[in-house]
Amino acid sequence: MIWLAVVGCGVGCYLLKLGGMSVPEKVLAHPVLRRTAELLPVVLLAALIAVQVLAASGPGGPRLVVDARLAGLLAAGVALLLRAPFIVVVCVAALTAALLRLL
Amino acid sequence: MAPATTRRIVRDGIAVGIATGTYGVSFGAVSVASGLDVWQTCALSLLAFTGASQFALAGVVSAGGTPLVAALTGLLLGTRNTLYGIRVAPLVGWRGWRRVAASHLVIDESAAMTVTRTSREHARAGFLATGLSVFVLWNLATLVGALAGAGLDPRTYGLDAAVGGAFLALLWPRLHSSRHRVVALLGAAVALTLVSFTPSGVPVLAAAVVALGMGYLTRGEDDA
Repeated sequence: MIWLAVVGCGVGCYLLKLGGMSVPEKVLAHPVLRRTAELLPVVLLAALIAVQVLAASGPGGPRLVVDARLAGLLAAGVALLLRAPFIVVVCVAALTAALLRLL
Repeated sequence: MAPATTRRIVRDGIAVGIATGTYGVSFGAVSVASGLDVWQTCALSLLAFTGASQFALAGVVSAGGTPLVAALTGLLLGTRNTLYGIRVAPLVGWRGWRRVAASHLVIDESAAMTVTRTSREHARAGFLATGLSVFVLWNLATLVGALAGAGLDPRTYGLDAAVGGAFLALLWPRLHSSRHRVVALLGAAVALTLVSFTPSGVPVLAAAVVALGMGYLTRGEDDA
């Protein structure tokens, strides 16, 4: 079943790129469309962070939990403030959570 | 003069490719920790070839979301490549099969290295050098990360926390305006509110409505 998501997302992502390369530039003149498209990644990434870091599956379905993942996220934020490159930010988040779990 | 400048653009593009490609390692490791196998992980990097969508798909899968919701979340994040394509197309000026092939390379990095160019030659050099080097290194790095991550317990090495860190790093450069920061907080709040009583993946999709609403409410305003 995961293959469906992989192929569907893969083909769809390509078509989204091809669509952009094929439509006239004036499509972007529509203010609602342009603004929505600009805000979409911001909203989705923020929602993904929130769910990824705070949600956990429990017996009664997903619920909110504060654990080592939140510490990992905060450490990643500090690394970003210090202008660390992507790979360092990701490793800092992982190491922080892993070390906290060792305690 | 012109050849030297083109050479510099190509060199810069390859440098961006090396920097970006290395984080394909983290995608590979995170993806197998999320429940995709090595083949699915590599297929996703080859087919989708856009980091944020790939991380999003893996994130939804790891949270137990359905394949449909996982693919939709990835696709919604992929819409920004449509915008890049609209900007890039007139600059590189390719038609026919060249455009069909070049479209696959339309990503954050290749767009950024193209839109600032003033001539077609430089635009094409920036686009191709960046797009191709990211493509090759991203896919190689994905394989390395996936092989390294397979068999690891994700919690022991904090790979579950790595996903949140990766999303934050992708979001960070977009938080330059106060409107974006407000919208980000709203999106996170909507998603967290829905977590306890909707299926996995749905809270994130529901947050996309915030983008639509804010896009409508703030139409015609200048960028803050």
